[in-house]
Amino acid sequence: MASKVIMPKLSPTMEEGQIARWLKKEGDKVSMGEPLAEIDTDKATMEMQALTNGVLRKILVNEGESAPLGQLIAIVGEPNEDISALLSEASAKVETPKPAAAPAEAASAPAPAAAPETNGHAKQEAAAPSSGRMIVSPLAARMAAEAGLDLRSLQGSGPNGRIIKRDIEAALSKPAATELKRGTKPLRFHAAAVATASPYRDEPASEIRRTIARRLVTSIGPVPHFFLTSEIEMDRAVEMRKGINALDPDLKISINDIVIKVIATALVQHPAVNASFQDKFVRYYERADVGVAVAIEDGLITPVIRSADLKSLSQIAGEVRELAERARSRKLKPEEYTGATFSVSNLGMFGIDEFTAVINPPEAGIVAVGAVTAKPVVRDNEVVVRQMMRVTMSCDHRVIDGATGAKFLQTVKKILENPLYLVV
Amino acid sequence: MPTITIREALNQAIREELARDERVFLMGEEVAEYDGAYKVTKGLLHEFGPKRVIDTPITELGFAGLGVGAAMVGLRPIVEFMTFNFSILATDQIINSAAKMLYMSGGQFNIPIVFRGPGGSAFQVSSQHSQAIESWYAYFPGIKVVMPSTPADAKGLLKSAIRDDDPVIFIEQERMYGNKGEVPDDPDFTIPLGVADVKREGTDVTIVARSLMVPIALKAAEKLAEQGVSCEVIDPRTIRPLDIDTIIESVKKTNRVVLAEESHPICGVNAEISSQIMEKAFDYLDAPIKRVSGVDVPMPYAKNLENLAIPDVERVIAAVREVAYLDQ
Repeated sequence: MASKVIMPKLSPTMEEGQIARWLKKEGDKVSMGEPLAEIDTDKATMEMQALTNGVLRKILVNEGESAPLGQLIAIVGEPNEDISALLSEASAKVETPKPAAAPAEAASAPAPAAAPETNGHAKQEAAAPSSGRMIVSPLAARMAAEAGLDLRSLQGSGPNGRIIKRDIEAALSKPAATELKRGTKPLRFHAAAVATASPYRDEPASEIRRTIARRLVTSIGPVPHFFLTSEIEMDRAVEMRKGINALDPDLKISINDIVIKVIATALVQHPAVNASFQDKFVRYYERADVGVAVAIEDGLITPVIRSADLKSLSQIAGEVRELAERARSRKLKPEEYTGATFSVSNLGMFGIDEFTAVINPPEAGIVAVGAVTAKPVVRDNEVVVRQMMRVTMSCDHRVIDGATGAKFLQTVKKILENPLYLVV
Repeated sequence: MPTITIREALNQAIREELARDERVFLMGEEVAEYDGAYKVTKGLLHEFGPKRVIDTPITELGFAGLGVGAAMVGLRPIVEFMTFNFSILATDQIINSAAKMLYMSGGQFNIPIVFRGPGGSAFQVSSQHSQAIESWYAYFPGIKVVMPSTPADAKGLLKSAIRDDDPVIFIEQERMYGNKGEVPDDPDFTIPLGVADVKREGTDVTIVARSLMVPIALKAAEKLAEQGVSCEVIDPRTIRPLDIDTIIESVKKTNRVVLAEESHPICGVNAEISSQIMEKAFDYLDAPIKRVSGVDVPMPYAKNLENLAIPDVERVIAAVREVAYLDQ
């Protein structure tokens, strides 16, 4: 039986898609799971897979043209099968009114077979509920809802195209299903090998991601760094630190502890930064395990504050102090200094204003923190004295793009300048 | 365990209960001198005498009423209908007296009576003598309806029916009296009413079958297993009260249901079971519930037509393949 290929939902916010490229020509054989086309969504270019076996009989939306979700874009069927019913359904759909803003586009759209006077009739047919009704078994509907699967992206294998249990199971077992599910349900994270380490999820590295990786690596070494610097007004953070330590002098919260906490908070808000490039896929972490660079006698080690986003400042301060002490006496266990998702390096205590740090692979970034110093700055056209701190973030360009890193740093700056964000 | 026929199992049940409780007595057409039209009551007159095993005139309404009266004053009658086709004449006593007396007397009169006899399709006896009418009785509150499919079930359920304080319709399948199976000879062996039995476990499709359809469903399940389909066969054994929970549990596992019965489809027992599954397990169904029923015509006399009117193994297999989407 001929089956419809409809515009699938390939991103959580997608409303329409543009055909970037058909990977099959009319008359080509297609088999289930094979890439059929590349579709530009609002977010990315995604592969659309064939959901049935057969021959690509008709392409209804050409390369460069767009179609709303659920619109018929192609027909897959047996080589000699009569597909006229589906074709007439498609032409009826094409005639549904386009936004008035695009008259030129409407004119160049595939010429509708019908003369103007039959337009109204065709519209009526397109609006009839029978044509677009989806048939789903109660079980399949429930399974799809639970798995966050969009039923419109599926092709039913039951009578009259009814979507049944096995269709849902097939969709869930395909890797593409991960793509379809993204955003419509809580993401599934895998447990990491080290018990306390952050769970993660692996997503296939997109074509563009892999190309960027390949190209940048050939440009500057295995990890293509770039750097972003921001100057942060630290008056409120300094004040907060004083206030907290006044409450309990034993806490001994440092500016660096506050920076760690703020970075962890920002990492969870910017999952694209809390990630690592793994050649074939990009790994996104659920928690912020922050590595803290500690200088030791003959080098450097980065003990990890696990789930720093969930920990209080006093917990972080205590852990950093304890781990640093053991680092200096070389008593850290391997799982205590490996597997961070991001790092912080602070040379402020050495009077360094600004520096760049080298990324600790496979992390995608590190923030280099300079000293807090009183500086004249302009506020409301007046020169005033403020406590300023420079941070420089090194980014792995295979994962983090300029704007992605900049937005992350913006959040870091925003919270450090108004640390009350930590409690809202 | 001895292997005996359903006929012998029923005979044992009646004999044991006659011996166990002197309030139990048996009456019906030809049950005494002739040992019963189907020889279920063989030897009982000789063993228990004419006060406990009584031949009646051919007056179904009369002796059914006599039984209800006897039950009201404390006896525990077993009333045999030569076949359930003739119970139609006694329905006023069964439905309006036996089933409703406890309610209408404000709980003063229990009616501990068993109406038993063969029912369902028989061999070439045409429309009036070959039919399944369990849904008539199962329709009414106040009466229990039991339909065994094996010798052990026949014995265990009949003993429970005789000991039960409410009226019980006990329908034996006329074609199955000679079916053999293992039966415990423990005189205290009973099977509670209202408990379904999983006759075969499976994972892909649930077949609910009773009476004559149980061996047919089991044969179908065997053939389907060769085709890679795992069927669970459930015999409710008691139609009222119905053990719907066991069925629902199975449906939740298999997601697909075939309901097999000899009776006509319209207003049949499986129409009720189908509705209850839909109400209680809608979200678990992957296919519409499929019924395999007797054809909606009076039972034909001609052998070839009779064969077509009664569900067989092939029809059950076809239904299972349909709900499992095997031919899609």
